[in-house]
Amino acid sequence: MELVAFYLFAGLTIVPALFILFTRNLMYAAFALFLAFVGVAALYVFLGADFLAVAQIMIYVGGILILLIFGIMLTLPRKSTGESNYVEVRNGGLFTGILVAGALLFLLSKMLFTAEFLLNAPPATTQSTLKAIGFELMTSHLFPFELAAVILLVALVGASYLALNRKESL
Amino acid sequence: MNPIPLTHFLVIAAILFSIGFAVAVTKKNVIGILLGLELMLNAVNINLVAFSRHDPEMLRGQLFALFVMVIAVCEVTIALAIVLRVHRHYNTVDPDKLNVLKK
Repeated sequence: MELVAFYLFAGLTIVPALFILFTRNLMYAAFALFLAFVGVAALYVFLGADFLAVAQIMIYVGGILILLIFGIMLTLPRKSTGESNYVEVRNGGLFTGILVAGALLFLLSKMLFTAEFLLNAPPATTQSTLKAIGFELMTSHLFPFELAAVILLVALVGASYLALNRKESL
Repeated sequence: MNPIPLTHFLVIAAILFSIGFAVAVTKKNVIGILLGLELMLNAVNINLVAFSRHDPEMLRGQLFALFVMVIAVCEVTIALAIVLRVHRHYNTVDPDKLNVLKK
């Protein structure tokens, strides 16, 4: 039963990703990316990572996807058809791209099926990871945590400076 | 009830990574390439979280995935700012047509 649900959510991740690959409408690709992100969040739940699942939905769906859709709308091509929700993008070298990606997938899966992972513990039973994550972030991972804060600040300041409209300010 | 085997997650992550790579290579739009990059980052995160299930005390994989998410946000904001500048300069976001650094 759990396996059926797992395959359902795996399909929810893979099928929208394939749709992104084959569609010519960038707007629908962004909407499909939403489904793929939700599928990945569901996979996190299957792995017992409840905090990361919520963070995935909040950061990717609530933040990155909105930014990407704004980016698509702000960089519309000149000869737009005027049809709503349609931004045409050509797929160049689709055959070659799929060939290379297929080869990559073949190599990765071959490596996965022949590998023997040395796992030091059986899979954890389901319990909230919130306490452990909070504890680790504030003790052993404090430096990368603070560094991430600084990087975010620098990135946001840099982004707002880069995107500044210089023509009007001059 | 048996937990789902580790290999299932790794294979799905591999498939997602390959699709993301194909998207990043084939799209004729910078934002399309960004969509592919996001898929690839998510695939890597699935791997990290999958291995983190076998490390219940420290959860190092999940913490690493969290930092990957932060870096992904930074990357997207900077990339979109650059894309906006490029669009204002060239009136196109086709990566094949962006071949001059400065006019």
